[in-house]
Amino acid sequence: MTTPRRRPPAVLVGLGAVGATLFLLPLVGLLGVTPWSRLGELATDDVVLDALRLSLITSLSAAALATVLGVPLAWVLSRVSFPGRGLLRAIVTLPMVLPPVVGGAALLFALGRRGVLGEPLADATGLVLPFSTWGVIIANTFVAMPFLVITVEGALSSVDHRREHAAAVLGAAPVTVFRRVTLPMIGPSLRAGIVLAWARALGEFGATITFAGNLQGRTQTLPLAVFVSLEADRDAAIAISLLMVVLSVSVLTALRGRWWTGGVGR
Amino acid sequence: MRAAASGLRPCTRVSGGDCKYRLAVMMRRWTPVLLATGLVVASCGSGGDDTTLVLAASSLTDAFQEMETAFEAANPDIDIEVAFAGSSSLRLQIDQGAPADVVAVANEQVMTELAGEGHVEVPTDFATNQLVIAASVDATADVTGPQSLADPDLLIGLCAVQVPCGQYAVDALALAGVEASVDTYEDDVRSLTTKLALGELDAGVVYATDVASRPGDIVVVAPLEGADVRYPIAPLTDAPNADEAAAFVAFVLSAEGQSILEAAGFGPP
Repeated sequence: MTTPRRRPPAVLVGLGAVGATLFLLPLVGLLGVTPWSRLGELATDDVVLDALRLSLITSLSAAALATVLGVPLAWVLSRVSFPGRGLLRAIVTLPMVLPPVVGGAALLFALGRRGVLGEPLADATGLVLPFSTWGVIIANTFVAMPFLVITVEGALSSVDHRREHAAAVLGAAPVTVFRRVTLPMIGPSLRAGIVLAWARALGEFGATITFAGNLQGRTQTLPLAVFVSLEADRDAAIAISLLMVVLSVSVLTALRGRWWTGGVGR
Repeated sequence: MRAAASGLRPCTRVSGGDCKYRLAVMMRRWTPVLLATGLVVASCGSGGDDTTLVLAASSLTDAFQEMETAFEAANPDIDIEVAFAGSSSLRLQIDQGAPADVVAVANEQVMTELAGEGHVEVPTDFATNQLVIAASVDATADVTGPQSLADPDLLIGLCAVQVPCGQYAVDALALAGVEASVDTYEDDVRSLTTKLALGELDAGVVYATDVASRPGDIVVVAPLEGADVRYPIAPLTDAPNADEAAAFVAFVLSAEGQSILEAAGFGPP
């Protein structure tokens, strides 16, 4: 039995093309003004290399932290019934709705040196989060984790619960069920969630500059370096932006089909 | 590209008064933006020629709102609207044909560029600002002078060198021979002021008027010499209300106008 070959519906292709153009146009604009002859020199500037190193460290740390904290949170949201679960689910998506600058200010009010939690923390341990690399990681995790939680929770809610139940009936401890049955079932979604969280962390700007400040080598990530150079040296800003595009596109395409989409591409 | 989008976040002027609640700081940071937007819309909607439009740098917000009230009290037949924005975006607005009558900016270079493009003829300096070493009220015991900025145990903030206040600060500190132990280079003087007011930073270099806008939260430790911060004003060459524009400029330069600026912390030209 063969599937009849049909032309794809014109309306879907048309709207899809408009959608794709929206992503392609800014990229074309960026490439159009790129100072190609100075690119090597601009992209290997000390400021850029420091920002690149810091961006990689903080975005990977944030993705790891979001995974360690976000997967259990997604599991609780999906599997445990408790009053206020709907509200908690909504609060988890808060960083996706809040302007990142406001998110950063909220973090400052909570974790800053004079913050609700930050003040006792600073008094007890001397640890001050704002204006530190840890501050960047926390700001990145704050904005990136919802992407992981939502992706993983969606997967957890749609998998077949009977397999977990069967494993439990056969005597597996709850943590073993989670590790050996649940996690493998949601593998592709988990990986997609981690990649989304990493990508969001890499591009994070507003919460970072508000909560962690801007200092080369300590808190100045690539987006911050773009922003401060945009006011003075447009060519440098474009070169850094291009570096970010190349970095994220190459990582995302390298993972696609092998790791990100998991089962589909293997 | 995200950064570019966030870069549209306007630089705002915060009005004076006490700061009891931290959230209120954010609110105050944004309220002037909404006001300024509303003013621009209002002045567009009110039919042009009846209203004299003044474009002013955002650091003049407090002073020029009072200036408007005082000017209209002295000239009941003239209706003034003041719209605030960063000096460089004011220049862009004028270049794009904003129907403005007077422009007042925080940077002589911007005015020179406007003159070069033929938008203004004779600018006059009407105010100066003073760069100061400012401390959060909680840190006044630790911040004693320029040398405190070199203390690695304190949290020190400057403006990014890409914006005028940062360039002024770096030059002035070099002149004073201070090697500052900087923890953050903030993207504009308002966010630096906010973090000092919140007590998240101990000390920094801002304008005297920024400290004056946050009484009770920030104190001046010492003036920082070496930066010549001047504010020029000029009527626009193709102002729709040339007479009213001239009257407003004269008022800003008058004793009454100067006393309003002085109260806001500005220095004489």
